[in-house]
Amino acid sequence: MSTATPTLTGAAVDLTDLTVRFQSKRSRTTAVTDVSLRVDPGEFVTIVGPSGCGKSTLLKIVAGLVAPTSGTVSLLGRPVRRPQQDIGFVFQRPALLEWRSVRRNILLQAEMRGLDRSVAARRADELIALTGLTGFEKALPHELSGGMQQRVALCRALLHQPPVLLMDEPFGALDALTREQLNTELNRIWRDTGTTVLLVTHSIAEAVFLGTRVEVMSPRPGRIVRTFPVDIPPERDYAQVMSDARFDRLATQIRRLLGAGANH
Amino acid sequence: MTHRAADQSAGLVTDDVPAAAPPTVDAAGGSPAGGNARPATRAGSRLLRLLEALWRPALLLAALFAGWWFAAEREYMPNYLLPTPGQVWATMTEDWSFLMRNTYVTLYETVIGFVLAALLGLGTAVLIVYSRTLEKAVYPIVLFAQVIPKIAIAPLLVAWFGVGLTPKVVLAVLIAFFPVVISGVAGLRSTDPELLDLSATMGAGPWKTFRKIRFPHALPHLMSGLKVAVTLAVVGAVVGEFVGAEEGLGYVLLVANGNLDAALLFADLFLMSLIGIVLFAVVEVAEALLIPWHASRRGGVPLATS
Repeated sequence: MSTATPTLTGAAVDLTDLTVRFQSKRSRTTAVTDVSLRVDPGEFVTIVGPSGCGKSTLLKIVAGLVAPTSGTVSLLGRPVRRPQQDIGFVFQRPALLEWRSVRRNILLQAEMRGLDRSVAARRADELIALTGLTGFEKALPHELSGGMQQRVALCRALLHQPPVLLMDEPFGALDALTREQLNTELNRIWRDTGTTVLLVTHSIAEAVFLGTRVEVMSPRPGRIVRTFPVDIPPERDYAQVMSDARFDRLATQIRRLLGAGANH
Repeated sequence: MTHRAADQSAGLVTDDVPAAAPPTVDAAGGSPAGGNARPATRAGSRLLRLLEALWRPALLLAALFAGWWFAAEREYMPNYLLPTPGQVWATMTEDWSFLMRNTYVTLYETVIGFVLAALLGLGTAVLIVYSRTLEKAVYPIVLFAQVIPKIAIAPLLVAWFGVGLTPKVVLAVLIAFFPVVISGVAGLRSTDPELLDLSATMGAGPWKTFRKIRFPHALPHLMSGLKVAVTLAVVGAVVGEFVGAEEGLGYVLLVANGNLDAALLFADLFLMSLIGIVLFAVVEVAEALLIPWHASRRGGVPLATS
């Protein structure tokens, strides 16, 4: 079930004419409206937009955790109707189990899925080395910094080698330096694993640095107002990309679009 | 990327191992220094903290004890109302086996009542958390049952179940049940919704999610509920004995009172309190073993700061 790039010729994620309304007792809010988005296998698509524009809702829809009011969703060519298992999910908060060590937090993924223990253990050790957590396997979450906790969450999301990785502002709560480090690491992990990534952020720099394509959303009700292909080669170095003229141009365009209220 | 780990280790908090060199993390799998080391100093500081916490109440107790002793020896109140500590001690040693037999009865009733209350309370909490319908049906009844003064229905219980073990256990359960339910519900509801989402994408069933995520998360809340419950269970058992019994500390208390045997009454009171204190300590120890990871139970310093 878990080859990194599915052999399907179709899209990894396909959203068509998606609208989501939330009904509360008094009011009815439209979270996202008329969103169509296709992510091909191996792509790294970033969605950037103001707070509350329904970006996170989109990810939950892809994961099958929220049902859209109208429109269709498919993941790896299959319609999404219930919580999906072919995905890895990283949230803004690490959401680790306080009582489990780093290693056992990562292995939670295998235990819940009933994966083979020895295979999972080997894979966990690989990921621990890959994300620089070596030496902290036995530490408890509260003993780690925010950046390291988020690395653990990333390892947990990658343990079962999901074809699609969904990330909801994964580095939003971290300081700028840690965030840059983790961006570089994520870029490398994405190239190494070939996983399809759909990442939501409100940082323009992060969206452009990580994405092969940036989708810009409007304020609520969220719509995708423009798509920017990022024509920077996939292997990216933070300092280099930041001083790249193409990066500047894209970031400026996106900033203008978002600053203008993105109403067109 | 390997040097990143080294960068991180430079940010480790090392003030708890001042003499040691800054810990380094190597790719060969060195463990983070300062993790579980220095048990000796930790035990020492724990003892100091304990003494620091205890000397004030100890002093107050000693003063009260001295006041009691003084008042009783000088017979400001007659000894059949206020016995001297010496008289209480004499009764305690003379009637030791009699008192122990009755302490055992009360302890037995209390423990059974507490365990049943814990199990029933947790079960009810699970039902309330997992089923909206049951929540609507059961929660109001639990609340309503709580406002009925349980002590007032003790005579009824004796009429129904006789003077044996049953009415005491039932009363202990009824009194201890409520805090378990309330803390259980609060604990089970405290699970991070993102963890539940995550669990759903891992394809885990409700039982696995309960076992691995929700129940451990509920434990800190639940344990505080159990601490309240265990002290209440003692009250339940003793009140049950007051109303109708042939043995137990509650029964002995009534007899002592009727005979104006103040020394026996005091000895009995001490033993009752002792049951409560010991059972509370047992739950406290269980808590320390079950949730050493919880914020309320750790005094350590984080390994990494940045």
